[in-house]
Amino acid sequence: MIRKVVCYVDTRTGTAPFLRKALRYLFPDHWSFLLGEIALYAFIVLVATGVYLTFFFVDSRQDVVYHGPYAPLQGQHMSEAYRSVLDISMTVKAGLLIRQTHHWAANVFLAAVILHLFRVFFTGAYRKPRELTWLIGVTMLMLALLEAYIGYSMVDDLMSGMGLVIGYAVGLSIPFVGANLMGWLFHGPFPGGAVLIPRLYIAHVLIFPVLIAVLLTLHLVLVALRHHSQFRGRRQTERTVIGIPLYPGQTPRSLGLMLSVAGVLFLLGGLVQINPIWLWGPFHTYISTNGAQPDWYLGWLIGGLRLMPGFDVTIGHYTLIPGPFWGGALFPLVVFGFLYFWPYVERKLTGDVAFHNLLDRPRDNPRRTGIGVGMVTWVFLVFVAGSSDRVQVLFGLSYTGQIWFYRVAVLVLPVVAGLVAAWVCRQLVRGEQIEEDRRRAETEGRLELASRFDQA
Amino acid sequence: MRRVVVIALLLALPGVATAADGKQVYGRYCVMCHGPNGVGNTNPDSVVGQGPGRDTTIQPGIGPSLRNVGALAADFYLRTGYMPLKRTGLQPRRSRLLLSNAQIEALIKYVASLGHGPPIPHPQPERGSLSEGQRLFASNCAGCHQIMARGGYVTHAVPPPLGQATATEIAEAVRIGPYVMPRFSPKQISNAQLNSLIRYVQWTQKPDDRGGLSLGRVGPVPEGLVTWFVGAAALVALCLVIGRRLHG
Amino acid sequence: MGKARDAFLSGVVLLLGRRRTPPQPDAHLLPPAPKHTRAETVAIALLFIAALCAAAFPVVYFVGSIPAKTQYLGLSIGLALLFLAAALIVAAQSVIPTEELAHAYPPDEHEEDEEYVARLVEESGKGFTRRGLFKLGLVSAGGALGVAALVPAVSFGPLGVEEFYGTPWRKGRRLVDENDVPLRADDIDEKALYTAFPEGADKEEQGSAVVVVRLPRSSLKLSGQVEGYDADGIVAYSKLCTHAGCAISLYRAPLFAPEEPRPALVCPCHYSTFDPADGGSVTFGPAGRRLPMLPLAIDGKGELRARGNFDGPVGPSWWGVRERRPSP
Repeated sequence: MIRKVVCYVDTRTGTAPFLRKALRYLFPDHWSFLLGEIALYAFIVLVATGVYLTFFFVDSRQDVVYHGPYAPLQGQHMSEAYRSVLDISMTVKAGLLIRQTHHWAANVFLAAVILHLFRVFFTGAYRKPRELTWLIGVTMLMLALLEAYIGYSMVDDLMSGMGLVIGYAVGLSIPFVGANLMGWLFHGPFPGGAVLIPRLYIAHVLIFPVLIAVLLTLHLVLVALRHHSQFRGRRQTERTVIGIPLYPGQTPRSLGLMLSVAGVLFLLGGLVQINPIWLWGPFHTYISTNGAQPDWYLGWLIGGLRLMPGFDVTIGHYTLIPGPFWGGALFPLVVFGFLYFWPYVERKLTGDVAFHNLLDRPRDNPRRTGIGVGMVTWVFLVFVAGSSDRVQVLFGLSYTGQIWFYRVAVLVLPVVAGLVAAWVCRQLVRGEQIEEDRRRAETEGRLELASRFDQA
Repeated sequence: MRRVVVIALLLALPGVATAADGKQVYGRYCVMCHGPNGVGNTNPDSVVGQGPGRDTTIQPGIGPSLRNVGALAADFYLRTGYMPLKRTGLQPRRSRLLLSNAQIEALIKYVASLGHGPPIPHPQPERGSLSEGQRLFASNCAGCHQIMARGGYVTHAVPPPLGQATATEIAEAVRIGPYVMPRFSPKQISNAQLNSLIRYVQWTQKPDDRGGLSLGRVGPVPEGLVTWFVGAAALVALCLVIGRRLHG
Repeated sequence: MGKARDAFLSGVVLLLGRRRTPPQPDAHLLPPAPKHTRAETVAIALLFIAALCAAAFPVVYFVGSIPAKTQYLGLSIGLALLFLAAALIVAAQSVIPTEELAHAYPPDEHEEDEEYVARLVEESGKGFTRRGLFKLGLVSAGGALGVAALVPAVSFGPLGVEEFYGTPWRKGRRLVDENDVPLRADDIDEKALYTAFPEGADKEEQGSAVVVVRLPRSSLKLSGQVEGYDADGIVAYSKLCTHAGCAISLYRAPLFAPEEPRPALVCPCHYSTFDPADGGSVTFGPAGRRLPMLPLAIDGKGELRARGNFDGPVGPSWWGVRERRPSP
């Protein structure tokens, strides 16, 4: 029976030689290589649940009056878009499950991408010949951040509407052309034209997913063409890759991971509330709520916006750099710039232009690890600063005090953390060398003792 | 000496509270900041020593006038434990009641007698509209107290969460504007609208929590924590199981 | 009865009985599979449990009386997926042969093929004598086509910023509340926050909403451009924060001034704090520009009216925000 199928496929497509090679493609066996797969499977869940939602979401800013089953919003004015999401959450069977799974999948997708990025960065997997794969990956991260932001903003609830105006303000703060750009994008100054929500919708369900899918395909193809990198080992060398073949070994493992990712996401989607937009109510430009926060992956930006002191840089009558530029635009520009250019900067710094199929352990490259830890600490501190008002409410720590603390900490602590990390790496490597020397000395000693014994 | 006499008298008197009893309670807990007969004290040089409920030995002793504030204000500040204040200058917060119910009632009667202030309100939230309440709360209150009344922050002050607020307390706070909260007169929020507002606040104490375990109804911060410490953690653990290195 | 017992026994044997392995060809491709038959049983059991969980999904979906649908639907599908995953992983670890193989990495470079492709392209251009000019022509044609293709995108929205300066406020326009009731000066109390809009205008427009508060006239420090913008101590400012545009819905209004923070308008997004007595100047937070102020007047009927437009454009800052005032 199996033979019949294979015969059919080969006679119709001629791919048996390709399959013979492809099915035996080797996957080096380390758990950290599966992080990218988590992201991939979360993306699949996003697309699947997203397609379902597209059939129910109404991308219209048209003002309507609510007459549905949710009592606290009875008779209130809202956009059709917001009302359609209320309906998905309250009226469509399984609608809330799919909606929540979709949102959890987005959160977990970005977490997985970042974990995967850490693994690639701290092991040096981005080095020649894999720079292209890295650049595509960083681009996908940027697209994913925007895609998620647009996705929860098109719901037009109070919290995401506030987030949208802030994004608009950051765009406005781009020197010289910010207002022209934002007026063009939003179709007028905030709140923009009626076409804004349809624009967000089509970007979210068509343009960005297609871009991400194309880049993802390229990313995976590049990985396969050059083969996975691998950690050093007894048999692993720059020329020989050791691993589990795609079939039959890796297939059930990867399938199992895929189903687990989907399972965890659906469990979260059914059991843990996320983004309960009916509680926030519809967005209006003239109301706001305390404690509004963006989703976690944009928390670093709200931190940036809160930490900067209040000033616009002006030249005469012209406002060259409005305040939000530093925390909202320059900060992510620097971080992404670092990510994009790092492989080339490292090449310049180390002079290492060789091919690398073998990975470093983080401790094997103290400088890279130190710089990486410093960058992560910097971004993380700014991120934490973004929720200091909730810390004040929960723990009583003064908000203004925290802001001043963070203003100093984000300049000092990353340097300290980076230096400490580099030192720890060196200590660990030294410790291993000492251990290795000790073992060698013991073996030599034992051999010598044995040979003396023989002679005697 | 006078304090000893007051204490002895207080201990000796039976339960029923009168304005006269209230005056004695006032003398013990309130007069040093609010002045005799509730005239208030704005002399920046006056100091107050150690006393019941106060957590420092010496502090500035100033306080607003209580004339014409009425039973409404007294009832609010005493039943929530906002007053007596531990230390002047701090934001009054809901705290353990120092005074017994009898003492509170007596004090309310006394403060009410200081002029012609509003009586204790009797709101009827069941007659209000939940949806109107949501709209009013979103427009007037959510900026400080957060849309689900979970509390928030204003520069140099902390609007409290309203999870423990009774209908009467809400009605009173809206009309007083305690600490730095704005004051909403019946011209701005009528009594009928207040009923709706209170109905909404009570609803936030037991809201529509469909979708599963609510993470506090404050927004994305707890969601991010669950993403990393539940979702990502579980999946990374799974990777550790699947990706065990083979030997051989 | 006998038939049922036979059927039951057959089922058990089918489920738990050993599958007879088919005859293998002489040369094995894969190493012998690990003989963990208990693992295989576990995997099969997990598969059937997964099936049960998934089967619960349509039941929960269609049976109306089952409450907490989102939770049970999520549980059924989530558990089904996890059990299926577990079955596959158990099979992968213990039933399916797992090999650790060694392959050579593909070569770093294929010099011969690189050379072939490079020469192919080079030689194809041998016929050109005026290379430079041809290249220039290609670049011009391609560039111009590219620009032409992008031109329609210009119409996505207005590229000019005229609209950024406009607001619906005009001289004489009445202030109305959310229900379109005109604001009377006598109704504006101290220590209270009011939101107002221009009569007849779209409330969602960024230039519409204003916050109105009354302060003691002695505490006002309005000078310069906004001198005299108040009406009997009543002041009005744009409700949109000049930092990032959120609605300024917080009013810090002390009950007992000697001990409590001064009056301030505060934004809940990043806590920009503005002084209503001092023309909306920034006293804390990341806002870089003071709040635009609306000049007020009280008309003959005691209602509040605007005396003109704001003293500056509303909303977050951009290049031209200090260039001129909104007009008319």
